[in-house]
Amino acid sequence: MTVDWSWQRAADALPVLLEGFRITLLATVLGFVVAAVLGLVVAVARRSLPKVLATALSAVVQFIRLTPLVVQLLFVYYLLPQFSALQIGIAVLGIHYSTYMAEVYRAGIDAVPKGQWEACRALSLSPMRTWRAVILPQAVRRVVPALGNYAVSLFKDTPFLFTISVVEMVTAAQQFGARNFQYLEPLTLAGLIFLIASYPTSLLVRRLERRLAY
Amino acid sequence: MHKEAGADGDSLPAASSDGSMIRFDSVVKRFGDHVVLDHLDFTVAPGERVTLIGPSGSGKTTILRLLMTLEKIDDGVVWVKGEPLSHERKGTRLVPASERYLRTMRRSIGMVFQQFNLFPNMNVMENLTEAPVHVLGRSKAEARDRARELLAMVGLSDKETAHPTQLSGGQQQRVAIARALAMDPEILLLDEVTSALDPELVADVLDVLRRIAETTDITMLIVTHEMHFARDVSDRVLMFDRGRIVEEGPPERIFTSPREERTRKFLDAVLAGE
Repeated sequence: MTVDWSWQRAADALPVLLEGFRITLLATVLGFVVAAVLGLVVAVARRSLPKVLATALSAVVQFIRLTPLVVQLLFVYYLLPQFSALQIGIAVLGIHYSTYMAEVYRAGIDAVPKGQWEACRALSLSPMRTWRAVILPQAVRRVVPALGNYAVSLFKDTPFLFTISVVEMVTAAQQFGARNFQYLEPLTLAGLIFLIASYPTSLLVRRLERRLAY
Repeated sequence: MHKEAGADGDSLPAASSDGSMIRFDSVVKRFGDHVVLDHLDFTVAPGERVTLIGPSGSGKTTILRLLMTLEKIDDGVVWVKGEPLSHERKGTRLVPASERYLRTMRRSIGMVFQQFNLFPNMNVMENLTEAPVHVLGRSKAEARDRARELLAMVGLSDKETAHPTQLSGGQQQRVAIARALAMDPEILLLDEVTSALDPELVADVLDVLRRIAETTDITMLIVTHEMHFARDVSDRVLMFDRGRIVEEGPPERIFTSPREERTRKFLDAVLAGE
């Protein structure tokens, strides 16, 4: 790899990268949706389930958090060959990040004042209504910024999908480089595209943070 | 933990249907080693307004919280309209109440909290209609009509779409009172409802409560340090100290000629601060 930049090569690489970026974006968005929903389910379950089950759930969550994403990707990829690599990638990214998000939601739930729970009880609201109408709207509102930060983090972890041969942007960049023996342009562009996509997202998160304050 | 009723645990305490609205039968409540209520007995008649006074830590608020089933009792039985509240019937025995049973029993009881506890994610109208619609199964239109009546009664008709954070403490507390009444409770528990308010906002809230006392026959249990208010609205005053009732009687007598030394001292201290 020599350091002599060619605009022509950069222009050639761009369409390939953008095609890869489509996959990156797809994995990010769907992975985030899985993580956000599953994380919420885990957080609520931990507070609602009988103690034995809640402890078991916490153990599973710990296990997922304390093992590397790449190992999980490879493990599930070889375990379930009937699914496509992209499907597996999205599911594993989602499940992996749901364990972090569950913690975030938990902090949000814990921050809802005790008086809110008591008011729900005093009004005889069912547990379902208590969560849906009162606790979660307040809890989620508090943690949207933290969730946004995990979205950016998940986005930056999508290149790990190369381990299960999903051609996302960085893999596309590498393949382009290998074909032309020139890695400088494609990898630089891939990095720039990540930056260009992450920066507005983090700005958006900060704006949301201000707007959602009560 | 939650023990079964009575010392022997398997006999149904007598006199469950003596016509009382609320009945405490030898109720014990402990927090750790601290005994908050020590074999407390008292009854409240339907429509009666009873004010609980006494130094802080004497167990007054705990009584309201037990009735609202926000706390569990350690021994004894609480009865509401002749039915056990802390327990449910299982044949001839009383067993600790299930969550499901409590949800049904709670419906006849409403509570207004010191800190209002309005739902900040909902506007005033939503605060007032949430439980009537989702617990009592009323239609939205019906719940809204009732909510408007109640908002008119508490003098906040123009605040339907306001959010709690846009209201003063006094306004929030009046909304909270309307919210409790929207469930048509037979028993209303008022837990130091003016203690968190700026002094100039207290009068509006007390006026609303006086009006409710005059125009409804809701049974009221009131914990307050507003002695004039207590005197105006209550039929009976219970003086608490260390989890026991040390003196009770009509407000005129308690406030003008208390028999117990402890009541006299307490009243002197409270009135000196007014």
